Amino acid sequence: MKILVPVKRVIDYNVKVRVKADQTGVELANVKMAMNPFDEIAVEQAIRLKEAGTATEIVAVSIGPDQSQETIRTALAMGADRGIHVPASHDTEPLAVAKILKALVEKEAPGLVILGKQAIDDDSNQTGQMLSALLGWPQATFASGVEIAGDALNVIREVDGGLEHISSKLPAVITVDLRLNEPRYASLPNIMKAKKKPLDQVSLDDLGVDASQRLTVVKVEEPPAREAGITVASVSELVDKLKNEAKVI
Amino acid sequence: MSILVLAEHDNNELNPATLNAVAAAAQIGGDIHILVAGSGCGGVADAAAKVAGVSKVLSADSAEYANGIAENMIPLIMSVIDGYSHLLAPATTYGKNILPGVAALKDVAQISDIIRVDDADTFQRPIYAGNALATVKSGEALKVITVRTTSFEAVAAEGGSAAVEAVSATGDAGKTTFGKSELSSSDRPELTSAKIVISGGRGMQDGSNFAMLEKVADKLGAAVGASRAAVDAGFVPNDYQVGQTGKVVAPDLYVAVGISGAIQHLAGMKDSKVIVAINKDEEAPIFQVADYGLVDDLFSAVPQLEGEL
Repeated sequence: MKILVPVKRVIDYNVKVRVKADQTGVELANVKMAMNPFDEIAVEQAIRLKEAGTATEIVAVSIGPDQSQETIRTALAMGADRGIHVPASHDTEPLAVAKILKALVEKEAPGLVILGKQAIDDDSNQTGQMLSALLGWPQATFASGVEIAGDALNVIREVDGGLEHISSKLPAVITVDLRLNEPRYASLPNIMKAKKKPLDQVSLDDLGVDASQRLTVVKVEEPPAREAGITVASVSELVDKLKNEAKVI
Repeated sequence: MSILVLAEHDNNELNPATLNAVAAAAQIGGDIHILVAGSGCGGVADAAAKVAGVSKVLSADSAEYANGIAENMIPLIMSVIDGYSHLLAPATTYGKNILPGVAALKDVAQISDIIRVDDADTFQRPIYAGNALATVKSGEALKVITVRTTSFEAVAAEGGSAAVEAVSATGDAGKTTFGKSELSSSDRPELTSAKIVISGGRGMQDGSNFAMLEKVADKLGAAVGASRAAVDAGFVPNDYQVGQTGKVVAPDLYVAVGISGAIQHLAGMKDSKVIVAINKDEEAPIFQVADYGLVDDLFSAVPQLEGEL
């Protein structure tokens, strides 16, 4: 079975994001970028399924500017077999991404698509669900446990109140949550090997997808800052402040 | 304009998050209808009919909707959505799971996790874990929106008298079967609706030490939460997690204990009215957002706090 894993290039999660002075977006120039952390978990899961003999090939896909190829190389260094880069704007919306992925699924015929549950830049949490609806495939979102036997798929989902167990049949779409696994680091030899792994480009025209923006970003601004607080010297002072000043207890 | 709000419920009770989504709908303006889809959910439909400002309840009562399986819910929503200008759901795991599929099949963009309504087409939402706020405008014929519940004060659960209209079930899509749920049971209030939340981080050192926080929580009638670091370390289950990738809370009082204050944690709690930080590291970033900071060892401060309450 082939597994398709979409990976997104985002601002590294350790970087403090700065809003541009003209309020058109956030500063991306000269900022450290990395693979979306949830996508790392998705890549790791695909590799584990391959190591277990369930999957035979892992295809990493990234949609975005040329630098997205670096993100694909990261996936290849972790253990994916080949990559596909679809050149597009950094701001390609989830619906367009889902349409692009659908077209790639029709071309590549994977048995499973594993995605991160959300990208930590736009925090939309939409793409996997949209892809599943467009394909008419089962969806298993927010997975913290994945088990595959033949074409049977059992997933444990993280929901607000706890956990949920569901079963479906492959082919299916899975979106992964934090606790599914701990992604491996790519070793130096594997990073070298990844440079030789195949990486193809497929254009939006080849796929016949219109990726134009549907939403207009009117403004991007900084959130209101909190006023600086005070340091209290003791637990007694804290309790006194909460009772008599803040009046919250 | 008419707005359809997807109700979240467990077939017995209407989840209060629905009332926050209705509040966002009321700000958009227009006729507000609620869709209650479940199994044996007549009581929920009746409760939805009493929600202030709601003019109609659509009720789909059939076995395939018992557990909110997205592949069954989406065809139902598609069967009733024509004529509506907006589809809203709370931005909970329930709403997030179902709504994007409807948006995709209607070929419209979804706007996730709105925190403000500017007008019927324009909304504000957090991006980059709330480190930036984007105002976005949608020209789509149908606006599909999830609502950050803490940003909209719930409408009254009583006061309305909407008609309940049964809608035809759309059948089991046969794609996913529900196994079981393992819901955390607790006598404490639910994390996202609690007035007071006390959370522990990596500084708690061990899951068993959360018992200290629970004692304080029981004195205050608070919910207990955790940072991602504490969840990653296996101290507590993931449904305790407050942050960008967990739950977003905005209580009257948030007490962060042994939490350093990573960006992704702040994203989940910085809209709290009053923030207290207890940490022995005075350089911890959590102190920058705290109204009251106490630099102290939590293992002595927390029991003392319990004693003084």
